[in-house]
Amino acid sequence: MDMKTLLLLIPLLPLAGSIIAGLLRNQIGRAGAHWVTILGVAASCGLSFYVFKLIALDGMAAINTSIYTWALTDGIRFEIGFLIDSLTVVMMTVVTFVSLMVHIYTIGYMRDDPGYQRFFSYIALFTFSMLMLVMSNNFLQLFFGWEAVGLVSYLLIGFWFKKESAIFANLKAFLVNRVGDFGFLLGIAAIVASFGTLDYAETFARAPEAVGQTISIFGGAEWSLLTVICICLFIGAMGKSAQAPLHVWLPDSMEGPTPISALIHAATMVTAGIFMVARMSPLFELSEVALSFVLVIGAITALFMGLIGLVQNDIKRVVAYSTLSQLGYMTVALGASAYSAAIFHLMTHAFFKALLFLGAGSVIIAMHHRQDMREMGGLRKYMPITFITAWLGSLALMGVPLFSGFYSKDLIIEAVHLAERPGADFAYWCVLLGVVVTALYSLRLLFLTFHGKERMEESVRSHLHETPLVVTIPLILLAIPSVLIGYFTVEPMLFGGFFQDAIYVAPGNDVIGEIGHHFHGPLAMALHAVVTPVFWLVVLGSAAAVMIWFWKPQLATWFAQTLSPLQRMLDKKYWFDEVYQFLFARGSLKLGNGLWRYGDAGLIDGALVNGSAGIVGRLAVLFRHLQSGYLFHYAFAMIVGLILIIAAFVILDKGMLEGIF
Amino acid sequence: MSVQLLSLLIWLPIIGSLAVLAAGEQRPGVARALALLITLAALAFSIPLYTGFDGTTAAMQFVERTPWIEAFSIFYHLGVDGFSMPLIVLTNFFGVIVVIAGWASISKRVHQYMAAFLILQGLMVGVFAALDGMLFYIFFEAMLIPMFLVIGIWGGERRVYATLKFFLYTFLGSVFMLVGLIWLYLQSGSFAILDWHQFPLSLTAQIWLFLAFLTAFAVKVPMWPVHTWLPDAHVEAPTGGSVILAAIMLKIGGYGFLRFSLPITPDGSAYLDWLMIAFSLIAVVYIGFVALAQQDMKKLIAYSSIAHMGFVTLGFFVIFAIMRGAGDELAAGEIAQGAALGISGGMIQMISHGFISGALFLCVGVLYDRMHSRNIADYGGVANKMPWFAAFVVLFFMANSGLPGTSGFVGEFLVILSAFHANFWYAALAGLTLILGAAYSLYLVKRVMFGDVANNNVAALQDINAREALIMSVLAVAVLLLGIWPAPLIELMQPTVDQLLNHVVQTKVP
Repeated sequence: MDMKTLLLLIPLLPLAGSIIAGLLRNQIGRAGAHWVTILGVAASCGLSFYVFKLIALDGMAAINTSIYTWALTDGIRFEIGFLIDSLTVVMMTVVTFVSLMVHIYTIGYMRDDPGYQRFFSYIALFTFSMLMLVMSNNFLQLFFGWEAVGLVSYLLIGFWFKKESAIFANLKAFLVNRVGDFGFLLGIAAIVASFGTLDYAETFARAPEAVGQTISIFGGAEWSLLTVICICLFIGAMGKSAQAPLHVWLPDSMEGPTPISALIHAATMVTAGIFMVARMSPLFELSEVALSFVLVIGAITALFMGLIGLVQNDIKRVVAYSTLSQLGYMTVALGASAYSAAIFHLMTHAFFKALLFLGAGSVIIAMHHRQDMREMGGLRKYMPITFITAWLGSLALMGVPLFSGFYSKDLIIEAVHLAERPGADFAYWCVLLGVVVTALYSLRLLFLTFHGKERMEESVRSHLHETPLVVTIPLILLAIPSVLIGYFTVEPMLFGGFFQDAIYVAPGNDVIGEIGHHFHGPLAMALHAVVTPVFWLVVLGSAAAVMIWFWKPQLATWFAQTLSPLQRMLDKKYWFDEVYQFLFARGSLKLGNGLWRYGDAGLIDGALVNGSAGIVGRLAVLFRHLQSGYLFHYAFAMIVGLILIIAAFVILDKGMLEGIF
Repeated sequence: MSVQLLSLLIWLPIIGSLAVLAAGEQRPGVARALALLITLAALAFSIPLYTGFDGTTAAMQFVERTPWIEAFSIFYHLGVDGFSMPLIVLTNFFGVIVVIAGWASISKRVHQYMAAFLILQGLMVGVFAALDGMLFYIFFEAMLIPMFLVIGIWGGERRVYATLKFFLYTFLGSVFMLVGLIWLYLQSGSFAILDWHQFPLSLTAQIWLFLAFLTAFAVKVPMWPVHTWLPDAHVEAPTGGSVILAAIMLKIGGYGFLRFSLPITPDGSAYLDWLMIAFSLIAVVYIGFVALAQQDMKKLIAYSSIAHMGFVTLGFFVIFAIMRGAGDELAAGEIAQGAALGISGGMIQMISHGFISGALFLCVGVLYDRMHSRNIADYGGVANKMPWFAAFVVLFFMANSGLPGTSGFVGEFLVILSAFHANFWYAALAGLTLILGAAYSLYLVKRVMFGDVANNNVAALQDINAREALIMSVLAVAVLLLGIWPAPLIELMQPTVDQLLNHVVQTKVP
């Protein structure tokens, strides 16, 4: 089998699984649906690891290959093709591995759901779409994958489509993403208009020539072309990766079944924006302004979304806000030109956040689909595997030394510290404070769920037990990389030139290279952490969390009362939803209604169409004298006559016409 | 070509309609079967039109030319190029769809219904194939009559108002065109459209001619602000009427711009392109908002059609702004990068909108047949009862909101790319369709398909039957195929696009 066929099989096997499970759902039954999709994704995962080995370990050169020509017009080849390099193989393995875990887990989670086959069809379709996105070598296919994952996300958030909240959330998610995609599409259009191609390699080759070129947007003001392109593209990333102020859809997306919260809304789809910016590093590196913009947006998201996580009571929503905050960290890394650190955090986060979501899902199964942490407590006795794996995932998330999250997050903070562009100082403070916040909400979740008093109803308590193996095995398999992968990959991935064929960093911006000079192995890095502020901020946050939610739970109430304005602001999530609902949702409906009633019905139909009969009638008096013998003058007469006839019908008797028919 | 294929495609359904009429009111089964047979034959004869078409040339093909009214040098002159051939195939494709769609839902005067559609089909093919101005005009006007009858006889409650409005608008528009055509004949001594393409005209004459054509074609498309007949016509038309109206008849407006306005009055078009761009962008944005506020499913889709057709006119007329923008960088006669994207994009958008809007009206028809309501508020939770139908509805509305991988994406994408070459804001305003299109499409899906079963009527719904599933599947395949691999279609129209652009950049002012 040649390479091209092998690469094609990677996305097409899950697609085949999806189509079979979707269209033949009644014929193959429930077991058939999960087997066909799991086999497809497992094969795809195996092949991904094989390609990973070829590129990452055997040092095979990057593959850039075309599959077919989508269209050829105006001298532009719109191709569908694959670019397989170090960045792609990392994404492919992460996506297929997490997807496989989620597929297996779903057997347990969705066991009693009537839409079982449909669910498997969707998540396999998602895997296909996501693979098309990351494997693309051009903007067209990137946009296809980009929107296709959005479609599947829409279908899955609204999976339980009887639930009013679910179908509100999926519409909201799709539309907010479309706002981002609007920017993304303009960015792509700018690239085509400027470089005459959609191919990555050609775009990157021509981009340096565009330095200094400008485009006028607002009146006479000239904007740097590359800044416009990069900011437009990044607006796309803000939608997909839920960066403020386009973050509002992600918490609501928790209305979907938990497996997809793990797969789509934590580990893979939401990181597409991060991946895209890293992929476009040769463009972003040419625009200092765009990178500053990225940096500031990421910093705001990292800190302020984390804060909201502190006041959530729904276990999934805590993890969701944590995801927003961590995506902010990745974005900050991009803005600091530390693309490899962003991808590194993306990878470690994919494992520990998928783990946390699936852990939360395991708790939800045990609690008979109750999600409020105020009704939990003391679960550690009943579900030890979930308990231990959730702790491991949380420690990784908090960035405790030696855990995977430590390496990725510490590097991001260090990189921002070294970055010199405008906004870097602000971003540095945000990510530092974010560390405390992360420790607080992570431990709050653990204490409220697994420790303390058992607050659930007796009927729930009496049935509590550990979830079945299809649920716990994925937890264990995800816990392993959550703990270890940072330690083993930090050196080769970041300081071994692993991404040098895929990510471009301008000479003056190489913060990761600078950090590399002081890097003496993962163990030394962990030991060195003790003298960095980050470590002590973790300790501070943890100590406070232990105090508030473990030793003296009355402290939490005291805090809530003393800081009630702050509490209220966080409860209301800074009022983003209310403002958007008022301005955009209700506003555009009102606008549409107004345009319809006054524009279409009032002005056009009322004044022009119905009024014109009268005007032309008066003109006819003049036209009577114009019998010239020319054919086209008679044609004019026809108009007049026609209008008179119709006017007569209207005025005299509508019934006459009805009589005719 | 020994067999006169185009004539066959025009007259087969028209003459065939006599046979259908002969079946009489008492034998609706025979009428249906005959109509299906005739439309299938027409579709089958479209295959040699497609396979025999030479996609490497812009010259007219399958040409037929016989003197008709020699006193005025009017010829029976037919031929197709890369613009008209795909539209003829699309027409014949929908001929079959409409017969199958009306199979069970039409029970009153079946033979006349089927005959009206057969005549309509032949006339529409005639419009696309005509190369003589007068012949075109006759087909163009005659086509109104069967449509008028379809809405007037098989339409809804306010069908008289709707037919009047439809007739008033379209007839008014086309009479101005007739004035233009006759004037052109008096000046040039010929009714051949291709002669007119080469006939030099002063700028003033071109502007007046352009406006005369514009009134006819803008009403047909329809462009804002002469669009208000369309929602009413759609609402009152039976499903088949809506399908043909949206899928084919609107395209005649767009086709008219390509065949008449741009090549006959290139300088006039360039002079007034700002007007066309403004109308197109208003259609996309203003109509997008209006669609959002609709409570009637058919009205919503009708408004969505107007917004989508805005891309067609934007793509066709943005080329002048691109040329002006490129300005000094171009050698004489060179075509600026991005212009071909606009024309190809507009053409693809027409074909794609044919499939999608046709499919959407069929979807509404499926619901209307069961519940006799087009009112969104009467529905809710349909997906619970009609899961297969729901899958099709989601697919077609996603295509309507321009999802990549469906045909709805291709045209809009190419036109937005093209518009960016002219001006950032043209692309940005057009790009708003990404948000607005998704908003009105999915808001409808949410209200109609999702949620819990809303009432007893919905609870009694039956999922689509085999006949409905067949039509939906065929359209779904078309929508996906064109979205995944538009290259063959784009390729075969490329020489025609290039020729048009090369023609349009040359001034015709003597």
